[in-house]
Amino acid sequence: MNTTATVATVAAPPETSLRKADAVTDLGAVAAAATSTPAVATAAAQPPTPTAKRRPAWVDVLGDWAGKILPPLVTVAVLLGIWELASSQAGAALPPPSKVISDTKELILDPFFNNGGNDVGMAWQLLASLERVLYGYSIAVVVGISLGVLVGQFAIAMRGLDPIFQVLRTVPPLAWLPIALAGFRDGNPSAIFVIFITAVWPIIINTSIGIRNIPNDYRNVARVVQLNGVEYFWKIMMPAAAPYIFSGLRIGVGLSWLAIVAAEMLIGGVGVGFFIWDAWNSSRISDIVLALFYVGIVGFILDRLVSWIGRMVARGSSVS
Amino acid sequence: MKISIVTPTLNAAPREHRMSQSFLELSLVSMVFKTRQGPFQALSNVNLRVEKGEFVTLIGHSGCGKSTLLNIIAGLYRCTSGGVLLEGREVDEPGPDRAVVFQNHSLLPWLTAYENIELAVKKTSVGKRNKAQMRDWVLHNLKLVQMDHAMNKRPEELSGGMKQRVGIARALAMEPKVLLMDEPFGALDALTRARLQDELLRIVADTGSTVVMVTHDVDEAVLLSDRVVMMTNGPAATIGEILEVNLSRPRERLALATDARYLSARKAVLEFLYQKQLKAA
Repeated sequence: MNTTATVATVAAPPETSLRKADAVTDLGAVAAAATSTPAVATAAAQPPTPTAKRRPAWVDVLGDWAGKILPPLVTVAVLLGIWELASSQAGAALPPPSKVISDTKELILDPFFNNGGNDVGMAWQLLASLERVLYGYSIAVVVGISLGVLVGQFAIAMRGLDPIFQVLRTVPPLAWLPIALAGFRDGNPSAIFVIFITAVWPIIINTSIGIRNIPNDYRNVARVVQLNGVEYFWKIMMPAAAPYIFSGLRIGVGLSWLAIVAAEMLIGGVGVGFFIWDAWNSSRISDIVLALFYVGIVGFILDRLVSWIGRMVARGSSVS
Repeated sequence: MKISIVTPTLNAAPREHRMSQSFLELSLVSMVFKTRQGPFQALSNVNLRVEKGEFVTLIGHSGCGKSTLLNIIAGLYRCTSGGVLLEGREVDEPGPDRAVVFQNHSLLPWLTAYENIELAVKKTSVGKRNKAQMRDWVLHNLKLVQMDHAMNKRPEELSGGMKQRVGIARALAMEPKVLLMDEPFGALDALTRARLQDELLRIVADTGSTVVMVTHDVDEAVLLSDRVVMMTNGPAATIGEILEVNLSRPRERLALATDARYLSARKAVLEFLYQKQLKAA
């Protein structure tokens, strides 16, 4: 499968990565690695480019990685330094990073302890939140794509539903919580509902845009071949709209994670949102900082996960 | 109406076996589009008969409704009055018996060349071919357009000419009664276009296909067609003249370049387009 494509992608990078490695060398970052080894390199593994120096592939790979990883590392180090300096002043309200780490050492080292009730490790707190997101988001995906297809495919559905969507989607997530609590009379389903109602709008709207943007040519092909509704849905509609759908899914998962923390602060129980609120009530500021760090990392991973799935699924469909 | 003996030979001169009912028959086809500025009459009372095995091109200035007419034959548009009969049956929806080669190939970018054709073949093969036969049929059609080497490539990896070859293979694989082509080579460079025209001549000769093709290229029309249908300018476009191209087949591009009959046919089309139907630019 795709032999030439693979060849093409394998053949292309050496030049670009060489250039990147050069750029890094200029920064002085991997200068030692890059300059100390060129003698070994000439074994003709690289296509001879007139200007570039020949180096073994691993140096390029290393240089490539260094070029990607070093800048963010440097930024983080600088920011931590500023924070450390600022919070070490007398009378500082917030703990410096060093104090955060020493305060939360137990939480960091043992994320899986379980003392019953709310007193459980960070991993359990995060998993509890993730579980709610999983339920709420899954419902949002199914409902969102279905409604998006309906609105995108049928002008009449569009005219009927779109105004309602446009108004409801501006309601802030937490505004839904009291009404959900009134309806469900329980915290957990209410939190899941808030996740659902937060994530569903961008999924609906992006799906419908994706469906409406399916080129007429593809529809005509489907008509000439006489695909039925189900075949059209799977063979044309979903692949053609996949890039739009996945950008909706990606926005949706980000919003879900934003909403869950806020919702959990109000509903209590196990979950990273309530952990933060609880820490605030007992003045454990370092715990809050740690929790924020974890929340950020998990949100980042969720975003990348959906984006990666999207790239796998939508491969090829955005290019015509 | 002339009635003559029907000869069953597929590639015999098509004009000979005119039946009381033609293979493809357009009668009084009119098309009115609703636009914001009010109704727009694109086509007015188009009558055309195409015989089995015939190659007909529709030529005219842009906006003359030739693509509209093709889409009506394809069933993608419903004409507002008049009708289209294919083998005596009214055309009222698109179908694989009138496969279309679209101008911009219209291959599905998420499918390989093979899969694109397979999608079309699956629907027309139900109850006719088993899995292995279907595969053979897809490959046969890829070979016909000399694209079997690229069967596992996606459209983005193919050149414009290669994409159009696959588009032609997809249409042929549906075994259409009429092959409809909407400026199939319009987006290609002159050299690629010439090569694909030659190949199309060969394929049509091999398969005995009936073809209706829209073009704006005079040479292409004369080289490929048995008849060139010249359309008047819109609005309310209709058929102005029909030119019979009495050139024997197979046709050789180089030999024809100095052939008097070819040149006079070419001149006739040019005169129609640039004298009788001159359009203000």
